[in-house]
Amino acid sequence: MRHLLSVRDLDRGAAVGILDLAEDMADVATRAVPRLPTLRGRTVANLFFEDSTRTRLSFEAAAKRLSADVITFSAKGSSVSKGESLKDTAQTIAAMGIDAVVLRHPASGAARVLADGQWIDAAVINAGDGMHEHPTQGLLDAFTMRKAVHGTASRGTGLDGLRVTIVGDILHSRVARSNIWLLKTLGASVHLVGPETLLPAGVGAWPVTSGTDLDDALAGKPDVVMMLRVQGERMHAAYFPNEREYSRQWGLDDARLARLAPDTMVMHPGPMNRGLEISSAAADSARSLVLDQVANGVSIRMAVLYLVLSGSEGRGAV
Amino acid sequence: MSPLTSLLIRGATLPDGTATDLLVDHGVIAERGSGLSQTGSTVIDAAGLQALPGLVDLHTHLREPGFEQSETVLSGSRAAAAGGFTAVHAMANTSPVADTAGVVEQVASLGEQHGYTTVRPVGAVTVGLAGERLSEIGAMAQSRAAVRVFSDDGRCVSDALLMRRALEYVKTFGGVIAQHSQEPRLTEGAQMNEGALSSELGLAGWPAVAEEAIIARDVLLAQHVGARLHVCHLSTAGSVEVIRWAKARGIRVTAEVAPHHLLLDEQLVAGYDARFKVNPPLRRSEDVLALRAALAEGVIDIVATDHAPHPIETKECAWQEASFGMVGLETALSVVQAAVVDSGQMSWADVARVLSGKPAEIGRLSGYDAPFTVGAPANVTLVDPGARRVFGVELLRGKSVNTPYLGRELPGRVVATVHRGVPTVLDGELRTPEEVANHVE
Amino acid sequence: MTARTVLQQADITRALTRIAHEILESNASHDGASSRIVLLGIPTRGVLLARRLGAILEQLAPGAAEVGALDVTMYRDDLARQPTRTPSPSSVPSDGIDGKTVVLVDDVLYSGRTVRAALDALSDLGRPRAVRLAALIDRGHRELPIRADFVGKNLPTSQTQRIYVKLLESDGQDLVAVFDEEDQG
Ligand SMILES: [Zn+2]
Repeated sequence: MRHLLSVRDLDRGAAVGILDLAEDMADVATRAVPRLPTLRGRTVANLFFEDSTRTRLSFEAAAKRLSADVITFSAKGSSVSKGESLKDTAQTIAAMGIDAVVLRHPASGAARVLADGQWIDAAVINAGDGMHEHPTQGLLDAFTMRKAVHGTASRGTGLDGLRVTIVGDILHSRVARSNIWLLKTLGASVHLVGPETLLPAGVGAWPVTSGTDLDDALAGKPDVVMMLRVQGERMHAAYFPNEREYSRQWGLDDARLARLAPDTMVMHPGPMNRGLEISSAAADSARSLVLDQVANGVSIRMAVLYLVLSGSEGRGAV
Repeated sequence: MSPLTSLLIRGATLPDGTATDLLVDHGVIAERGSGLSQTGSTVIDAAGLQALPGLVDLHTHLREPGFEQSETVLSGSRAAAAGGFTAVHAMANTSPVADTAGVVEQVASLGEQHGYTTVRPVGAVTVGLAGERLSEIGAMAQSRAAVRVFSDDGRCVSDALLMRRALEYVKTFGGVIAQHSQEPRLTEGAQMNEGALSSELGLAGWPAVAEEAIIARDVLLAQHVGARLHVCHLSTAGSVEVIRWAKARGIRVTAEVAPHHLLLDEQLVAGYDARFKVNPPLRRSEDVLALRAALAEGVIDIVATDHAPHPIETKECAWQEASFGMVGLETALSVVQAAVVDSGQMSWADVARVLSGKPAEIGRLSGYDAPFTVGAPANVTLVDPGARRVFGVELLRGKSVNTPYLGRELPGRVVATVHRGVPTVLDGELRTPEEVANHVE
Repeated sequence: MTARTVLQQADITRALTRIAHEILESNASHDGASSRIVLLGIPTRGVLLARRLGAILEQLAPGAAEVGALDVTMYRDDLARQPTRTPSPSSVPSDGIDGKTVVLVDDVLYSGRTVRAALDALSDLGRPRAVRLAALIDRGHRELPIRADFVGKNLPTSQTQRIYVKLLESDGQDLVAVFDEEDQG
């Protein structure tokens, strides 16, 4: 695998392969010394034009467990100057001899532009590009679902027949997009629920069903209910009237939680707005896989780092 | 060869299909017929070449003053000549904005000095393109630049009252408002055509209705005040229907389409290559087909390039950080040939109409109403329609290289361009500024 | 194509039986008290050979040996020079390998780099009392100071030759053959 830019570049075999590899990586975490020498001598640059502490830490942990060196460029610190172009920053880090770039960027397609541009040789891993995709989040969500369904017999399996309902701001969500395409590839069916204003234009052309009524959707007994984070600023752009109305219509509150089947998986990519899209009881219930998602993120990112950095000579410019 | 040496064009095919010789002397068509000869003339063998009246672009961004790193009047004029244009209308979004007589006179006189093409400045509708107060429209109209086209292009005159007043005001001297139809609130942050693809790519959608709603409002305003309206670069099948409806009701509206909207569609955005980022955005293939049909039918009156040069760094970046726009002067004729001539939808006479006669008429530019008649100004473009070439940056003559056609095979080649009797392109090569510059005061 | 068969089914079985005896002997004679034996095969064919050895040992000394697999992919030092390898799952006894005698089992011993990686992998899993190495074929050309304790057959080769080990479980037949690289096109 040269880069990981979009889950749409993964066929079923490749996707299952990554999930299987992540199983091995997860085993490493249980050891006394949770570290492999695999990427010794390789350098991974975390290039974050947008602040995301949890994703950055997850990639850092993954790289370190594989013994890679990690350099972090973060917009929050001063290492990425405000307004500095992707190209300039990329060329700067290329001059340092980087083998892989983990890129988080507010612009959709930024990872593709970096990979297609002739500015650097390094492998590019998309750690979230605008409203487009967040492939490792999609993979870790699929991993979490597969583990919950198949347990220790997960290896080699997909998510055939699994029914997943994704709720909330689909329009602006890169997590939703990566989940939708990957779940489809793995054989699951996806239903989207949210206010009409937050369902993407042309969603009818996507391989999903969609609706606006959460109670209807939950009455269909989905296997997984994935709640998306609602950004406060959406309210100001007139996507919905106010938080109270949103929460009443599309929040996973205690009453809706009580109606779920006991084995329904509740997921959330985090960070959560407790009391808005998800109640505390739902977030902390036995059905919630939120913490599994976080733990599995490291395993998935180890697998992805291994795959993009193996099978080719070190690429870092010297 | 001094600029005013005579030219003998042998055996050119005119837009009506007839072949003839043309003798160009002292800036006008001196003789027309077969077997012409003139000792001392420069002879152009035009056998097999299509003669067109000099092309007129109603929508060009020359960037001077203020953005000379992207284009200047000279470099843009050279690009125009290379593309077969003998007149361009320079849009007002310069710095300072062309909202006073001083700026438009400066731009016009730069064009006059360089001599490659007639430069007709477009005046801003509102001061600083800010959409708040009318600019000195009358002063610009009465200036030496004699401005007749007014536009805030790049921005829409979205305030209905201001648009009404502007339409009324330019009636005084037969001017026209050229509207960039883009409802601003519906396109906040918009990046590409709104639809399943924009949703998939995670790029903010630019709905067709944002264009169509403004066109619908504007044709009704034009009807209400009895004024002339020109619609810039319309890009959707729905816009075509609104224009068709307005024309059927006798509303005085003309419409333009940009060459790229006749050839390229939104699928090209999928790789996030910002060379395909343009305002209005590339639309669905259905829209492309509707625009071609409307142009052939005459619902759309003209093709205008929307030549929009940008420095390379504003395209070598993430899509949503990139500038909107493509250069188009050098490729316009080839793209029109590829989109509607080679398919048989339009004849060369139609091309002459949409790329010369009609835009000159809308811009109130004289000298283009009876091309190839004896005594008419000698503005002539000779094209080899049989040529095919893979387009590369080496074929660009302006300062910027933001073309969407790199690596694409395009038909046709401009072999010669004659501007007011002066060849600006000969044997497919631009002539030097010294050879072309207008030394006559 | 010149292929030369060096071991046939009976030869392989004989070699494994001999190795099984040697493992038992060496384990007993180590310091008088025998420790538990863990046969760890290195994927892919090493795992199959470890299972066969385990079955033979079970006959000779029931309960003396456990069988597992040790994937070394993540410990290799040739990450960049090879096509991407997909690791196979490792499996070790649930009570670990501490204090046990681990016998690494591989089909062909060549440069020694795989065994080096296996030793690194083992050290992350625990602290065995001793580590031994069993190989069906030793073809020479070591690049590291590593030698096998138990060898089915020493097979001097040139570096241009290739060795194919086929096993019933994975390939439908038991066979070891030498090919000349030139013939491989
Ligand atoms: Zn415009």
